Amino acid sequence: MVTPQAALAKRQGSRARRTEALAGYVFISPWLIGFLIFTLGPMIALFYYSFTKWDLIGTPQFVGLQNYIRLWNDPLFWQALKVTALYALGRVPLGIIFGVAIALLLNQKIRFIGFWRVIYYLPVVMPPVAISMIWLWIYNPEYGVLNWFLWQSFGIQGPAWLQDENWVLPALIVMAVWTMLGRNMIIYLSGLQSIARELYEAAAIDGAGAISKFFRITLPLMTPIIFFNLVMGLIDSFKIFTQAYIMTEGGPRNHSLFYVYYLYQQAFKRFNMGYASALAWVFFFIVVTLTLIVFRTSKRWVYYENDVQDNGGK
Amino acid sequence: MAVQTYKTQPRVMPSTRSLRLRRILGRVLTYAVLIGGAALVLAPLLWTFSTALKTTPQTLSYPPEWTPRPVMWSNFAEAMTAVPFHIYYGNSLLIAVLRVTGQLVSSSLVAYGFARLRFPGRNFLFIVVLSTIMIPFQVLLIPRFVLFRELNWLDTLLPLIVPSFFGGAFTIFLLRQYMLTIPNELDDAARIDGCGPFGIFWRIILPLSAPALGAAAVFEFLDSWDEFLTPLIYLNSEKNYTVELGLNAFRTQYFTEWNLFMAASLVAMVIPVTVFFIAQKYFISGVALTGGGGVKG
Repeated sequence: MVTPQAALAKRQGSRARRTEALAGYVFISPWLIGFLIFTLGPMIALFYYSFTKWDLIGTPQFVGLQNYIRLWNDPLFWQALKVTALYALGRVPLGIIFGVAIALLLNQKIRFIGFWRVIYYLPVVMPPVAISMIWLWIYNPEYGVLNWFLWQSFGIQGPAWLQDENWVLPALIVMAVWTMLGRNMIIYLSGLQSIARELYEAAAIDGAGAISKFFRITLPLMTPIIFFNLVMGLIDSFKIFTQAYIMTEGGPRNHSLFYVYYLYQQAFKRFNMGYASALAWVFFFIVVTLTLIVFRTSKRWVYYENDVQDNGGK
Repeated sequence: MAVQTYKTQPRVMPSTRSLRLRRILGRVLTYAVLIGGAALVLAPLLWTFSTALKTTPQTLSYPPEWTPRPVMWSNFAEAMTAVPFHIYYGNSLLIAVLRVTGQLVSSSLVAYGFARLRFPGRNFLFIVVLSTIMIPFQVLLIPRFVLFRELNWLDTLLPLIVPSFFGGAFTIFLLRQYMLTIPNELDDAARIDGCGPFGIFWRIILPLSAPALGAAAVFEFLDSWDEFLTPLIYLNSEKNYTVELGLNAFRTQYFTEWNLFMAASLVAMVIPVTVFFIAQKYFISGVALTGGGGVKG
């Protein structure tokens, strides 16, 4: 038996809920419209283009799986994958090691903490083209300051860095570590600062030294952040473009042919839109797989404090 | 008594003294490493600055010299006028300001919808938002290019500006997370006072989200300023160039004049570095909150 008052309240309640739902859709509508026009639509179009041959003029010709077969047999595609993977494998671990090291130093009672933070952070906010120009000059084999320094200090005749097949990737990795150090450091520092002091005090009472404190408290509690940075670092490495465009043009002999640079060449230099679309799909697949793999395996080695992962401790 | 003190003292004193010594040594080592690291970070910038002030022959002298003789401040003026940098600067600023505006307006509305209002499919749609963070923009380069060509927007600034008015997944995520920390009681109080959803958004949530909005604004500004691949594809005429494109064009025209190069690079940095210094607080808290928005590639 429903009393009239209860029925009225219920009707009012459901009307309120309907107005709220309507308001909700209105509020998210900018994103929804943008998503359909600038993301979902283009994704579908990209999928279609990847089965066509098209040079931007005329209409796309359907060619079935031809682009994907070509890709499988394209040595440059494999070269681009290899170069990009090697770059990521060099840059990400080094970024973690240096980032954690500087963050550990700054996590002590340090004077002028703001000053140090700003200095280490400075390269992060500099525009990539400008950074590329600076390092192009530093790595210059004849007039560059690096080779002069090596000769002056160690008597080593430095290689031609960006023009040397073996040194081009290490050179770009060092540059990336320099650029990204500040960002990594800030993220790790905020992680370190969220670790409760009591844990260290308790460990000290139990007679733990600095090294065992680091390996038994700091490192386990830092793993979620390190893990997050690992994923982001891998994905970021796969997106590298500007350095290849400005500094090496993929050379020497394709030894810095990064994936996105190869995609750009195929699409906007040679206008192989169909083939470039297949490259883009593979790129998307790699990034998604990378993300999912790391997230899936994270449970095994990532320790979340209280097993609650909120938005970074605040 | 006296004998006893004499006996125990040598046993205690060296251990505390060595402890203090170790602590001092540790401090010295810490600062030494910090200074060394800072020197490594700053050295390329100092070298850039020094090169920018040299004459062209001095940039090619061997061994390289750190002090420019004579100091060529005119290099900056020359670099700025060799190509119309003021136009590039104007374009970059216009794009960045409009992008920040569009991003803040649209993303805050969307974030509020996801954080506070209940509607069917909300969780599913938010998962869609999160998954789009994963899609690199490089993947969508080709179909978006085709779309903007159909719209006749190529070689205009529109492709760089308009999409930001439809919210960015990352900004929405950042703002929503922040809005969730604002107590619901405030909404209830406003509702009792007769506020509707927009009133609550405008009077309660938006003002309280200022720190997150600040962080989002700085991220968006720097992302916009640093963007290179999309302007490279969309823009052709020099009058539409951004600073990053202009710098690239400069490189191809004056490829041996390293001093002018470095001067131009330094000028290109002035705005982002200034923004960083002014908004440092927002910026660093924003990076710590989210793991960093600006993605370079």
